[in-house]
Amino acid sequence: MSSRVLVGVKRVIDYAVKIRVKPDRSGVVTDGVKHSMNPFCEIAVEEAVKLREKKLIKEVVVVSCGPQQVMETIRTALAMGADRGIHVEVTGKEYETLGPLQVSKIMAALAKKEEAKLVILGKQAIDDDCNQTGQMTAALLDWPQGTFASEVTIDGDKIKIVREIDGGLETIQINMPAVVTADLRLNTPRYATLPNIMKAKKKKIANVKPADLGVDLTSRIETVSVDDPPQRLAGVKVETVDDLVAKLKEAGNI
Amino acid sequence: MAAVGTLSRFVRLSSFVGKSRRLIFNRIQRRGIASCIDPSLGLTDEQKEFQKVAFDFAANEMAPHMAEWDEKEIFPVECMRKAAQLGFGGIYTQPEVGGSGLSRLDTSVIFEALSTGCVSTTAYISIHNMCNWMIDTFGNTEQRERYCPDLCTMDKLASYCLTEPGAGSDAASLLTTAQLKGDHYVLNGSKAFISGGGDTDVYVVMCRTGGKGAKGISCVVVEKGTPGLGFGKKEKKVGWNSQPTRAVIFEDCAVPVTNRLGAEGQGFSIAMKGLNGGRINIASCSLGAAHACVQLARDHLCVRKQFGEPLSSNQFLQFKLAEMATKLVASRLLVREAAHALQENRPDAVALCSMAKLFATDECFTICNQALQMHGGYGYLKDYAVQQFVRDIRVHQILEGTNEVMRLIIARDLLMDS
Repeated sequence: MSSRVLVGVKRVIDYAVKIRVKPDRSGVVTDGVKHSMNPFCEIAVEEAVKLREKKLIKEVVVVSCGPQQVMETIRTALAMGADRGIHVEVTGKEYETLGPLQVSKIMAALAKKEEAKLVILGKQAIDDDCNQTGQMTAALLDWPQGTFASEVTIDGDKIKIVREIDGGLETIQINMPAVVTADLRLNTPRYATLPNIMKAKKKKIANVKPADLGVDLTSRIETVSVDDPPQRLAGVKVETVDDLVAKLKEAGNI
Repeated sequence: MAAVGTLSRFVRLSSFVGKSRRLIFNRIQRRGIASCIDPSLGLTDEQKEFQKVAFDFAANEMAPHMAEWDEKEIFPVECMRKAAQLGFGGIYTQPEVGGSGLSRLDTSVIFEALSTGCVSTTAYISIHNMCNWMIDTFGNTEQRERYCPDLCTMDKLASYCLTEPGAGSDAASLLTTAQLKGDHYVLNGSKAFISGGGDTDVYVVMCRTGGKGAKGISCVVVEKGTPGLGFGKKEKKVGWNSQPTRAVIFEDCAVPVTNRLGAEGQGFSIAMKGLNGGRINIASCSLGAAHACVQLARDHLCVRKQFGEPLSSNQFLQFKLAEMATKLVASRLLVREAAHALQENRPDAVALCSMAKLFATDECFTICNQALQMHGGYGYLKDYAVQQFVRDIRVHQILEGTNEVMRLIIARDLLMDS
């Protein structure tokens, strides 16, 4: 019977914010910008808390990697019902280049250390849209994975997952321990209640360094430049189908 | 960013005119680069969490329905019960009777955020909270246990009954009598302009048990269904339409003596203490409306073009927006300081609460009115939220003590030694 679930949460720029590219084109402006928990991570936390409420698992441990500010994100997860948090401290240049490979190594190390039976992550982050961390974590642990989950049912040591795929819905059954990534329709995250926000203050958040977990954070990726999407140009009206074909050939589209 | 297109919570905005209400209200929640009017500046991490829940609740559960509730005069009990589940039914009521036990400042922050979703509903929630606190603070153990838990979950709703047709600003001259007959008080008289009247379950009534003036007034809790408790017609109002307002009429209404809060003659003091907090809450509701309106005005100025340029290039409008923002932040600081003073029981608390209510309600109305002006003709259409904010907060300058009475209280404090 499963006992512990590890949930990864990421602190990202709030979805409602208008993004601005830095003048030196090295990234987007993050200073002074409103940040919040990645929406898919909220769904992941909600699913873990629901599983604990159904008494299918005993403890929800929430993890976030980054500087001091990610503590806010961990506290939000604690206010939603997670039992305790782990803050993996990553700062400066290492934080700027932190990507799915590094995070999945950290998650794999923590999953082993915490003896977790299940790792639930959001399917992707809304800032980089990578959609890799869940899959990489499963590969590093050599665990089965159920990604894009819109329904999760635990039955003993097996999990039935309904996945949202291009063709529709696919149902798979995997054995625990496993990695699951949450898709949009998995659940509707609850609001934190005022009493839970106050209780969250008393919940423990452990501080861990990546070196303690034996994880190397070197990035294999270098961001060359970041640009705004091209301005939308006005369309061109044509009179006949022949004109249309000619214009498309001219533009090199056909 | 591409993946989050489907759920309505994540809808992106494109053009301004003619889009659905939800998009317009999402813009109220548009949070961008930290700006001078950000209401989370200066708050503790915990207060920011409370504020976030309130903002999210307002954006998702209230804002999409704000216009419908106003137009159809719907009292959104289900929505308020959802708010109560999060702890908003008894924000500053003690936890042992089901409340959240938060401070006045936490409360102000929460009402300010909720108000961006619907001023009228939030204002009612604040009145309910005030009654809940009065029973919690001045009631005995039996009364607190009888009423507060249900009020905290909003299984029962409350109304505050002080004003009468002949006693408004001169509240102490109220005429509703409560004659002692055995172990009951028999109430006779009527109350006017009672928020929630007729649809709520618990009425906190100030009535005359003794002689003339404030010292003859006691506070009694009357439950709906008590024989002799009746209601007038539902009033038609300019705003605050998501809460029913009725006269509350007592005709030989017998209420057990055990329903009296505190001692005989203590009623007026209980009423005024309730109002100190109530004034901060109402001022907070005005702050929320003004904040929403400044954002709506700012967004409109960026989109609307005249004379070949967006209105935001016009220096007069830039200056006007700056003035609006300054008034908003000044009001907010005064309200939060008053909340802090009340929490600490400082000697200047009563005067400060009056100053905060006076200043914030006046300035915020000016802000909302100015925002409507900046919208031009569109501001006058009910399709646009700004007019509802203007109509809803207009009454804040009148109730819970008119702004004239606020001046009276402040002057009295200033002239105390002379």
